[in-house]
Amino acid sequence: MSAVEQTTDELFDCRESFAQTIEALAAEDPRIVTVVSDSVGSSKLGGFRTKFPDRMVNVGIAEQTLVAVGAGLANGGKVPFVSAASCFITGRAMEQVKADIAYSNVNVKLIGQSSGVAYGELGPTHHSIEDLAWLRLFNNMKLIVPADPWQTSEAIRAAAAHDGPVFVRISRMKVPALERSADARFEIGSAETLVEGDDATIIANGTMVHRAVAAARLLADEGIATRVVNMATVNPLDEAAIAAAADTGAIVTLEEHSVRGGLGGAVAELVATTNPVPMRILGFPGFVPTGSAEFLFDHFGLNPAGIADAVRQTVARKR
Amino acid sequence: MVYEAQQGHPGGDFSAADILATLYFGVMRFDPRKPNDPGRDRFVMSKGHCSGAFYAALAAAGYFPEDELKTYMEPLSKLNGHPNRNYLPGVETNTGPLGHGLPVATGIAIAGQLDNADFRTFVLTGDGELQEGSNWECALTAAHRKLENLTLIVDRNRLQQGARTEDTATLDPLDEKWRAFGWHVEMVDGHDHAQLLDVLSAPAKGRGKPLCVIANTFKGKGVSFMHDNVSWHHGVPNKEQYEQAMAELV
Repeated sequence: MSAVEQTTDELFDCRESFAQTIEALAAEDPRIVTVVSDSVGSSKLGGFRTKFPDRMVNVGIAEQTLVAVGAGLANGGKVPFVSAASCFITGRAMEQVKADIAYSNVNVKLIGQSSGVAYGELGPTHHSIEDLAWLRLFNNMKLIVPADPWQTSEAIRAAAAHDGPVFVRISRMKVPALERSADARFEIGSAETLVEGDDATIIANGTMVHRAVAAARLLADEGIATRVVNMATVNPLDEAAIAAAADTGAIVTLEEHSVRGGLGGAVAELVATTNPVPMRILGFPGFVPTGSAEFLFDHFGLNPAGIADAVRQTVARKR
Repeated sequence: MVYEAQQGHPGGDFSAADILATLYFGVMRFDPRKPNDPGRDRFVMSKGHCSGAFYAALAAAGYFPEDELKTYMEPLSKLNGHPNRNYLPGVETNTGPLGHGLPVATGIAIAGQLDNADFRTFVLTGDGELQEGSNWECALTAAHRKLENLTLIVDRNRLQQGARTEDTATLDPLDEKWRAFGWHVEMVDGHDHAQLLDVLSAPAKGRGKPLCVIANTFKGKGVSFMHDNVSWHHGVPNKEQYEQAMAELV
């Protein structure tokens, strides 16, 4: 059934891919700088600091300054990668993100680290399951949610190559490396189909993609051929991939985010206004109770069994 | 402009006018034909609501034809109520919400510091605007990095939208606050071009600290009925008032 199989059980922290890629890019491009708010360790930027001590700006615990300084550095000809916990770089500095970055339309890359519910037991103050809903409102900001180490590295390279505001949402939750064909490429705005199938489509991103692949495997065993689309770019959407998903007659979206306004909302806006088909949006309903990230995934049905159930129910509603 | 648009913030425009004139015609190094020249001095208008005065300065400095000022806030005008860098050359960052200019200017100054470049960065804030906390977190960063290429000018007209600053959230002693945050502070009469020129043109190199110039001004300066009058924060003159104001200003 599948073009994608996990070849190893090894799991990866995508922050490491971010850090290695930004170090490599900085060696090639002297304009690249990093900006942090005492978030060197949590961004895995210790190596960058050692290699490029003069090219890391640490503003202290001050997210408004963090984001605004990024805008100023871009004005001064730099390509700043501004990196901090996703909950703070968005929520705490939202007006700076809006006015200084998005509305000013400057060449700044915002890196939201440890997004979703990665901080688990620390609770909703430290979770970032609202970030995509907030940022999706800024039409000119590219939003990328990579699914594994390769795609994280590609997303960082694509962000650096793009002239304009980009947000890359990175997790500290370990994920497997998805297997891809040798000619796989990442392009902002292009989704990738990881599993073929015409009975239903799961559209997922980030840490949820490998779970979607596992769910599709369960469903294949019972004869439901389920396509898995990795929609790593939430803005702009790959509208052709979503139109093709609607042609399968049933769509389940899946994200480590609130069910309100994220990937599911984006897909639903398009599907409802073009080719309405039965849909389910999987994610978190709102502030979540205490628990580890793994517990929360299971608790809210964001595991292969829960995802497969949602697909079965959506297929049953097909017209 | 405000009269024709029938909206705007004339009180703060007038308190800032002498500061802007001094910067653009006595202090800053720029070429309006090369608005993106990497070596230009930067000016950030943090009090973006006083776009009237800012646009007038940009036009007089040659960034766009003065005729265009007549379109102030007209539908689809490049002269939005708050400045937009994507519409107009000479605007460094989009402002409007208060407390945004100084942190962005700090980032620009850091870029200059990293490159050992000799351009300077100036930012003009209102005084009421200093009630925004973003200024003070950024004040720490700028002082920590010893950004001597950064100059903050505070338009200290002592009036905010609704009342006097000191009756709203006390700012005084404002100079001591900036000194305590590690800045070099100068106090001047913000309507005295010679005093402004003196402190703004002083060599930045070797100061070792960012500079804060507290420019004591009057809201509505130059127009008797607006002078130091809170109701002219965003008041709009009628025909009679407009004619009187123009007569007094000439």
